[in-house]
Amino acid sequence: MTTSEKYVTAAYLVFLGIVLVYVVIYSTKIARLERELAELGKAEGSPEHE
Amino acid sequence: MDDISQALPLVTRQRHRLDARRLRIAAAPLVAACSCATLLVAAALALLWVPSDADQGFSQRIFYLHVPIALTSYACFGAAAWKAFRLLATGDERRDLESYTAVHIGVIFGLLTLVTGSIWARISWGIWWSWSEDQLVLFLVIFLFYCAYFMLRFAVEPGTRRSRLSAVYALFGAVLVPVSFLAIRLAPRYIHPVVFTMSGPQMARSMLLVFCLSLAGLLGLAGSLYRTELGGRRIDRRLRELRSGS
Repeated sequence: MTTSEKYVTAAYLVFLGIVLVYVVIYSTKIARLERELAELGKAEGSPEHE
Repeated sequence: MDDISQALPLVTRQRHRLDARRLRIAAAPLVAACSCATLLVAAALALLWVPSDADQGFSQRIFYLHVPIALTSYACFGAAAWKAFRLLATGDERRDLESYTAVHIGVIFGLLTLVTGSIWARISWGIWWSWSEDQLVLFLVIFLFYCAYFMLRFAVEPGTRRSRLSAVYALFGAVLVPVSFLAIRLAPRYIHPVVFTMSGPQMARSMLLVFCLSLAGLLGLAGSLYRTELGGRRIDRRLRELRSGS
């Protein structure tokens, strides 16, 4: 593998890496939102709120 | 009777909007999957099929990633400015979150532009960065300008004032995009290559095809990320409102 090929591959991998990091961060956030929504749903259904 | 006849077009318009929204929600996973597939095909073609550039050789293949990423970030900043303009024109507060999300996606693509550009500069020029290049410095200025958008946004209490200030800032930022485009073309000397000139794209058809595929894939990816992030932010805001109300 030449130096050029190494750098080009690195550029494509960096792109993939940054997009993956974004997706992982956002998946974590969506999971947190889902958890909070479920908690809110439970709280709404609890006897205290009736 | 008059009231009913006046209300009917409004109801029809609302129904059309709702249908369009449902269609967008249903099509979102398909758009995301198509974008990823297009990007994979574009990357494979860029690395294996397209002929090497006569001047730069194999390293020119970063072009199919770097330039579409930069154009996508410009498109995001343009979209943010458009949403900001609509907020200022109509007072519709929903546009604030849309403009903010578009800026966020634009900044991520801006970071990717800087990183892939630096890698390309290292291969072609032997340096990671050149302060004497107008195109590079102007892109960095745009990137830092939009990074400062977040500082402004989080320095002001949530509410109408914050959304108005953010909208004006996002509108100002859009002015920098054509300046960045023009600067390289007006600059007297440069080493940064210019492929799209007044006489059209200076590349072979196969190269243009891969470039367009890559651009389409990246725009689709940015659109999908925007939709997902916006949906999450809306739920987050609604949750906060529900919590503060209870």
